[in-house]
Amino acid sequence: MTFTSKSTITQLQYLDEEGNVVQPLPAWADNLDLLVEFYRHMVLVRTYDKKAIALQRTGQMGTYPSHLGAEAIGIGVGAAMDVEDVYVPYYRDMPTMYMRGATMVHNMLYWGGTEQGSYFHRPDGKLSEDFPICVPIATQCTHATGVASAFKLRGEKRVAVTAIGDGGTSKGDFLEAINCAGAWQLPCIFVINNNQWAISVPRAIQCGAPTLAQKAIGAGIPGVQVDGNDIIAVYDAMLTALNRARAGKGATLIEAVSYRLSDHTTADDATRYRGSEEVNAAWKREPVKRLRNYLHNAGVWNEDKEQALQAECNAKVEEAVQQYLNHPKEPPESMMDHHFEQLVEPLASQREELIKKAMRMEGGQSHG
Amino acid sequence: MAKVALIEAVNMALHHEMARDENVVCLGEDIGTNGGVFRATVGLKEEFGFKRVMDTPLAEGLIGGLTVGMASQGLRPVAEFQFQGFIFPAMEQIICQAARMRNRTRGRITLPLVYRAPFGGGIHAPEHHSESVEAIFAHVPGLRVVIPSSPARAYGLLLAAIRSNDPVLFFEPKRIYRTVKHEVEDNGQALPLDVAFILREGTDITLVSWGASVNETLIAADRLAEQGIKAEVIDLATIKPLDIDTILNSVRKTGRLCIVHEACRSFGVGAEIAAQVAEKALWDLKAPIGRVGGFDTTMPYYKNENYYMIQPEDIIEGVQKVMECSA
Repeated sequence: MTFTSKSTITQLQYLDEEGNVVQPLPAWADNLDLLVEFYRHMVLVRTYDKKAIALQRTGQMGTYPSHLGAEAIGIGVGAAMDVEDVYVPYYRDMPTMYMRGATMVHNMLYWGGTEQGSYFHRPDGKLSEDFPICVPIATQCTHATGVASAFKLRGEKRVAVTAIGDGGTSKGDFLEAINCAGAWQLPCIFVINNNQWAISVPRAIQCGAPTLAQKAIGAGIPGVQVDGNDIIAVYDAMLTALNRARAGKGATLIEAVSYRLSDHTTADDATRYRGSEEVNAAWKREPVKRLRNYLHNAGVWNEDKEQALQAECNAKVEEAVQQYLNHPKEPPESMMDHHFEQLVEPLASQREELIKKAMRMEGGQSHG
Repeated sequence: MAKVALIEAVNMALHHEMARDENVVCLGEDIGTNGGVFRATVGLKEEFGFKRVMDTPLAEGLIGGLTVGMASQGLRPVAEFQFQGFIFPAMEQIICQAARMRNRTRGRITLPLVYRAPFGGGIHAPEHHSESVEAIFAHVPGLRVVIPSSPARAYGLLLAAIRSNDPVLFFEPKRIYRTVKHEVEDNGQALPLDVAFILREGTDITLVSWGASVNETLIAADRLAEQGIKAEVIDLATIKPLDIDTILNSVRKTGRLCIVHEACRSFGVGAEIAAQVAEKALWDLKAPIGRVGGFDTTMPYYKNENYYMIQPEDIIEGVQKVMECSA
């Protein structure tokens, strides 16, 4: 028998559930300040997540998808990217977007029902080229492929990075995107947040393959599975993939294995379809405590610092919430203004009609 | 000046704009080495290289999304769908992504892209190769829909579509891809993307059509003239935004309107035109508005295709009905 093709999928893990080192760490991880920085971001986005759910429950924000349990993936991916790269998010992606300049306020504006949430800047102050939150499943993947082909065409050393859930990998758009990225050897990274649940459908009946990373094999690109609760593994896999892309060697698929500790969104009730035993077991593997344990053991973190960080994060989130609640509302006619480069008919006439309607609804004088 | 067919005018516009603007790229299935199944992209790969003239994998959803990603980076992609009947896998990308990106980012990300597709029947093609579904796209906020009906308008409108900063659906009437040749100067002059063209002046009835049916409409107008009925013929050219003013001005003069389109009659672009004319010029009308359209059927396989296609006689009958109803 001759093998025409033979592939293996490896899983990358540096920290176990307790934060103990299971294999020699990569050299960059000697920088404990960096790991502390990661930790501070992870705690902030977790604090934010809890508050966002509370805002929804109290009617101050619309439906919201929690990222509880995905903090290592989001912060790891966002931290590894350069400011000049482009991120093409899916909908459960607040942590990465936050690292790229879309603030907590932007996230609240988006889920709080205004398009202003998708108008954001990079951390260096330039208008962002990152994509907005993408709700239709997997459609963002081909956008990343398109962005990456623009980079390649222009000979830029930039990388397009996109993310998707485990359920999304069943869709054609995902497969078409990784196939094209392989065929064209594009500087593109696809990150799967395999959190085991696509609303109520478990990973086991989503796909017959033992890993999602192996979908890369059919696309002719490297696929790697990482422990998505281990930010050292996530960040390291990203660095490898980014270096590979910048060197002109093409795309990578990273399957980050995590667990969706929350409901799918605030409109969902996960107790309808999964047991508490499974969720309790997943809490033992969660990413924030894991990194905290490691930093404790490394002697760079303690209870005082933890309490100070918690207070700092609460204050930052509270400040963001106030900004969100006080944010000036866009006038209704803004819905007309951005469909085309210029206001065309019948939108121009309908804009006048809407202004009158809004005045009537608000009890003002109608011109009509 | 060279005489060119409509398909050659498309090719000429692509050559012109790729040479003028390095951000213009072409992509699609079989468009590179093969030059496209209708040869719209012949010679582009040789002149501009495979980096700017991309044979994509066989995946229309991908073409829809790739184009969004490219355009977000300031490229001006012109994507070809081999047939309008094959565009449907990309509908989610076109409707949920391309059409909305400017609005949902409040202008932060704009998409100067063109989706080209040959459309319409009458060439004895296989199933799924003869659709006329422009109304589906015209219904979606954020999309422009453009349909040329002559070589000169194909050239000028395609240039305008590529230069537009809005997403444009550019549907090419393949039945008349090669039927007539006109002199078209390769002068880089774009046509307006929101103006209908009056092809023939008349005083008794206004005929509005677009795409290949413009041809039958002009033939019908000739024959009607022999009967003493002077028809004004308008090529709509840009389905959306709709140049209703040109139609209204004509109807105010003629007092009668008949709309001719190959697409299914019900829920079509003709219905929108009729509604707007009824809203804005009902008292200028001397007769009910007429519609000559395709039947509300799937395009039949080619043995019966001719019975679906609009004949000049259908238009003449439609016009006569309007004339008989006149007050």
